[in-house]
Amino acid sequence: MSTVTLRDIHKTYVDNEVIKGVNLDIHDKEFVVFVGPSGCGKSTLLRMIAGLEDITSGDLLVDGERMNDVPPDQRGLAMVFQTYALYPHMTVAENMAFSLRLAGVSKERRMERARDVARILQLEPLLDRKPGKLSGGQRQRVAIGRALVRNPKVFLFDEPLSNLDASLRVQMRIELSGLHESLQSTMIYVTHDQVEAMTLADKIVVLQGGVVEQVGSPLELYHHPRNLFVAGFIGSPKMNFLSVQTTGVQDSGTTVRLPGDATITIPVQPRTLMAGDRATLGIRPEHLRIDATNPTLMGEVLVVERLGGETYLYVKVAGGDTFIVQTDGNSRAKVRDRVPVTIDGSVCHLFDGEGQAIPKAERHPLSLTRHPEVPLHTEATLEQTYEQPIQPREVPRQAE
Amino acid sequence: MTSSVATRPQQPPPARARSHRSIPARLLVAPSVILLVLWMVVPLAMAIWFAFQRYNLLIPDNREFVGFANFAYILTDPTLWISIGITLVLVVSVLAITIGLGTVLAVLFNQEFPGRGIARVLAISPFFVMPTVSALIWKNMLMHPVNGLFAQITRGLGLGAIDWFADFPLLAIIIIVAWQWLPFSLLILLTAIQSLDTDQMEAARMDGASAMQLFRFVVLPHLNRAIAVVAMIETIFFLTIFAEIFVTTGGGPGLATTNLAYYIYLKALLEFDVGGASAGGLIAVVLANIVAIFLMRSVARNLDT
Repeated sequence: MSTVTLRDIHKTYVDNEVIKGVNLDIHDKEFVVFVGPSGCGKSTLLRMIAGLEDITSGDLLVDGERMNDVPPDQRGLAMVFQTYALYPHMTVAENMAFSLRLAGVSKERRMERARDVARILQLEPLLDRKPGKLSGGQRQRVAIGRALVRNPKVFLFDEPLSNLDASLRVQMRIELSGLHESLQSTMIYVTHDQVEAMTLADKIVVLQGGVVEQVGSPLELYHHPRNLFVAGFIGSPKMNFLSVQTTGVQDSGTTVRLPGDATITIPVQPRTLMAGDRATLGIRPEHLRIDATNPTLMGEVLVVERLGGETYLYVKVAGGDTFIVQTDGNSRAKVRDRVPVTIDGSVCHLFDGEGQAIPKAERHPLSLTRHPEVPLHTEATLEQTYEQPIQPREVPRQAE
Repeated sequence: MTSSVATRPQQPPPARARSHRSIPARLLVAPSVILLVLWMVVPLAMAIWFAFQRYNLLIPDNREFVGFANFAYILTDPTLWISIGITLVLVVSVLAITIGLGTVLAVLFNQEFPGRGIARVLAISPFFVMPTVSALIWKNMLMHPVNGLFAQITRGLGLGAIDWFADFPLLAIIIIVAWQWLPFSLLILLTAIQSLDTDQMEAARMDGASAMQLFRFVVLPHLNRAIAVVAMIETIFFLTIFAEIFVTTGGGPGLATTNLAYYIYLKALLEFDVGGASAGGLIAVVLANIVAIFLMRSVARNLDT
């Protein structure tokens, strides 16, 4: 068992608060990814868990034990750094066994353990090399090996793949995934790459400005973003946003009017929105269709990006907004074409004036938390899967 | 698919570019080469020439080729061996002090503390004081048995005064030179420490290294090269320490602070024995080269890894 619990964690540098009260439960064997734009505090949070940064206030519990004042090496964690941080004057074997050497383990035992770990990571032929003679991927593997040797309760990864080239990154991502599968240990992983987050995570923690915006399984975040930030951050290309006016609120859904006078009905629960309120409509590029049969909007193509398998059209629609539309790779659309855009209300998201999402009437079947210990949710317990009670976040409004 | 796969046979690299430099290039290099030759080779050649002459400035007319007589005389002179011993003691002890203390200070000055910028400037400033001036300051203001600050303090504590240059002359010289050169090693080692990856330190902390182990296993190996470079440069300068000795002890009392450089000075300008001094100079050159070869070897090995 190895769980990590964060209770109202704060971090303040002089008078700059960078972590503003984080609550989080990380279960045993869970792969948790912290994701967010640069400067959101995700690395700081990881370093606080590791013990490399002091915790200003709040409690950090590992396996239920308070770890705030325990030195980094006694917390039972191991960390893999973005820069690998290998010791350049030691061989691969010595690097991996360094923690054992400090712990006073005999040389034979140390080397035996290093060889065992090297076997898992296919590093055996490299054991006598120095890090300077290794490629980036090999160094990364040694860094992971150094963490493995310690047999930690929890693995911490600080953007471990961002120094690798694209193809190696994909390969290492798959290896990490396999490693998690075979080790069955708890892992916390920091990245700004949402593909890594979506593919690796059991649970994603989206951070912004030192605040947890949402916690959930990758598909929960994708299908049920809690606010505008998460909606815009998860998914690539970014979700399209459109300012709309609410015209009717029924039990079955809320009807909004688009700038071009078209109306669509979105199946969301009738909550805070009233008829006449301003709201924001969100729709992902992959859910927009170029379809002449019953178009919602007409738009003019500004840019065409062809990726081969798919094509991204940047379409300027009535009202001046620009939509990104993901369409077929064989699309014949050209710049300055007028194209019909169809919006399907059932896959749209609706956000109120505060930027908070209006909950959908029905949950997406795949969007339930993947965590093995938590049984599949019924509708009634859904609220509990959120790691924090849902409450409207205080948005500072000095500007007004 | 046409035959676009076939590649043209590779052209051999232009042979001329590497084989010899063109004449204009040689012409352009010539001034510095000529200057170097004049600057280094001519004095060396003259020293060699004089070393085989009987040439005393008291009787300049009585000048003749004497073969190895100067060397034979000097090598049997116990003063030479004493001075070589003192030179080695001086070099080794000042090296030990500057590198040892320099490493410690570099680690300290790398920490954050209020007034660090000023402290760094102060720590480095002795290097800007010229050797004669610093020797005079130490002699008259610090180590003087009557007026010196140290004597004032020890007398104030009722311990009496130490006459540094009479009782511990070599130690006094070592302290002065170490004080002068400490900033140099501090500066180089500090920059070396600053280039140490902080992630490495943090990784070692996660691995369970204590502060001492961190220093021993991470910082010190990182400083290896910088220390080798400092040792090499300092050795070259410490073999020829002169001003500090000249200003303070004058090589005495007796021969207590006469190093090789000062011995050659005594021969040439107090005994006016140009031939003997030149022979001593050549011995110094040989000695310096032996040390240099050892140092270069160890440094080169260090730079390799």
